[in-house]
Amino acid sequence: MAVIGVSTSQDNHPANVIYNKNLLRYPVQTYAVNPKGGQLNREPLYKSVLEIDAPVDLAVIAVRANFVPDVVAQCIEKGVRGAVIISGGFAESGNQDLQNQVAAMAAAADFPFVGPNCLGIYAPEAVDTFFLPGERIIHPKKGNVGFVSQSGGVLVDQMVKFAGQGIGVSAAVSIGNKACIRETHLMDWFEQDMGTRVIAFYIEGFDCREGRAFIRRAQSCTKPIVVLKAGKSARGMSAAASHTASVAGDYRVFSEIMKQHCVAEADTEYELSAFCEALSCYPKGIAGNVGIVSLSGGHGVVAADACSLHGLTIPRIDPATIEAVRSRLSPEIQAIATLENPLDLTGSCVDADMLAAVRHLSRDRNVDCILALLLPYSPGISADIGARLSQVARNEGKPLIAYVPKEDKYKIIIEGFELNQIPVASSVEGAVLMAKALKRCRPC
Amino acid sequence: MLTFQEKQIIEDAGPVGWVLEPAAKQLLAGRGLTIPRGVVTGSLDTARQFLVSVGGPVVIKAVSAHILHKTEHQAVVTGIVDPDILASQMTRLLSLDGCGQVLVEEMVSGIEVLVGAKNDPQFGPVVVLGLGGTSVEIFNDTAIRLAPVVALDVASMVSSLGAGPIFEGFRGRPGVNMAALTRMLTGFSHLVMDLEPFFESIDLNPVICSPDRCVAADARILLLPDRERLS
Repeated sequence: MAVIGVSTSQDNHPANVIYNKNLLRYPVQTYAVNPKGGQLNREPLYKSVLEIDAPVDLAVIAVRANFVPDVVAQCIEKGVRGAVIISGGFAESGNQDLQNQVAAMAAAADFPFVGPNCLGIYAPEAVDTFFLPGERIIHPKKGNVGFVSQSGGVLVDQMVKFAGQGIGVSAAVSIGNKACIRETHLMDWFEQDMGTRVIAFYIEGFDCREGRAFIRRAQSCTKPIVVLKAGKSARGMSAAASHTASVAGDYRVFSEIMKQHCVAEADTEYELSAFCEALSCYPKGIAGNVGIVSLSGGHGVVAADACSLHGLTIPRIDPATIEAVRSRLSPEIQAIATLENPLDLTGSCVDADMLAAVRHLSRDRNVDCILALLLPYSPGISADIGARLSQVARNEGKPLIAYVPKEDKYKIIIEGFELNQIPVASSVEGAVLMAKALKRCRPC
Repeated sequence: MLTFQEKQIIEDAGPVGWVLEPAAKQLLAGRGLTIPRGVVTGSLDTARQFLVSVGGPVVIKAVSAHILHKTEHQAVVTGIVDPDILASQMTRLLSLDGCGQVLVEEMVSGIEVLVGAKNDPQFGPVVVLGLGGTSVEIFNDTAIRLAPVVALDVASMVSSLGAGPIFEGFRGRPGVNMAALTRMLTGFSHLVMDLEPFFESIDLNPVICSPDRCVAADARILLLPDRERLS
């Protein structure tokens, strides 16, 4: 990797931050480029990318906008495979012509680039072109969410949230002005990538007809797609001359079309995390009939309320299911457990009761997703409950979503689920949002 | 693809900026969409003959390039059965700005539905369905889909509307012929795809739906300004 624009005097120049962190922390052979040449921290400083005597896979370009065309020309001449153009000063500040010039040069040479005006690419354990010092940002672990963002700031912030929720990314890409590589290209890439199970996009807007291209591509994508849209408030709505124009504002069109084509639109950034986690475990959609199992009646009701708020149904369960569960419950709770949906096994239940309830609820035709609300305060619930319930869910083949309070002392339960690819939420509402994600990506 | 005739209609409407109702309905009828029986005329005799041949109430509307919103100009008269009222109202309409002819049509009854299309900058043509009247704009109870749509889309549009039960026939009232509505929306969505380079938005408001058929009782096609047209 060549980092072009490294400063000889400014240690906190974006190019220096990128150069240092990749040189020191990533398994990437990194070269610094500055026309002055010489040395930087005892490493050679190359006058141009052409001077590097090794093949270069990626050039990170962080020079002033008006130098970018020359630098791109040199990269093409050198046979560099692609670039991330960090530099700002293009279309976003009125210099559309300069941006078009760079895009045209690159297109003619079949030279792909990300940007300009972006943070570029973060691929855990591989490369990181974000110009944010490593010690300042919180990196999510390596995982299976591919994330693409039009805003670098939102991307970084979302990565912090992912890290907090234990969600890992396969790669995160800030596409900036997307003069060359755009959402659809990255959908191609992430669909092929074996490490990615769900593809998430933060979208501010599409160019002319780009939304249609996005939908066409999404329709044939074999992995679930999540979008978070910014700019939802009505704007630019002139006094509408027609009824249709007045009811079909930009955001409504976006949202309805995503729904039509089964792209899961998250309403908030909080939902985005929940959606990514749920869909990375269960790529197939559901109709939205949720069975709830809890050991506290209150939690069951709170979850049921949240389900109806989010458009999910709490169906009646089959009497045969109720009987099957009742006959397998421990004698202590047989008389006191509520076996209508939401099921309340009471605080006296033990692991085996929970397993029986989830197993038989999974076999009920009226239910297509199960929420297990686990309150580990209860003495009958063991530390093995996560792993054991996961086993039941895998055998029965119906999506199971767990709620476990996010506390260090319950980590063994949480890991029991997560290591077995069962999503765990840290709140009841979070668990409901995960079920909502499955409903939003229902195959049409 | 637009036929030569269809292209001609659009080109003729270019200077006005929108397609007048009779021409817009001609476009719809050409694509197999149902429109009311009617006649465009400046002659009282022709209008009277039409009233007799229909044998029921008719509606008359001013045809004028200067009148985009007809109701605001009192340029529509509905429920005419009396030949004298027909004559007096027609004379009044013909005196309106730019009005040389009127459209005389049979009255159709049923549920009023809005069918529309918008040429969205990001997504291209989308079609819109809602219950006609106030529920559309006040409650924004509409379904929007990327054009062209298929039969399954039409079913999902209806079921996603708050007013969906009215389409199915609410509390014993007659509902909408879903096959006819499906034909209308799918046919319309293909038409709007073909019109993509030219139109800004289209209102078929109302489309009148009964258990037998769906009829586009009004049609207005707003064109894009020349400079915004896609080549």
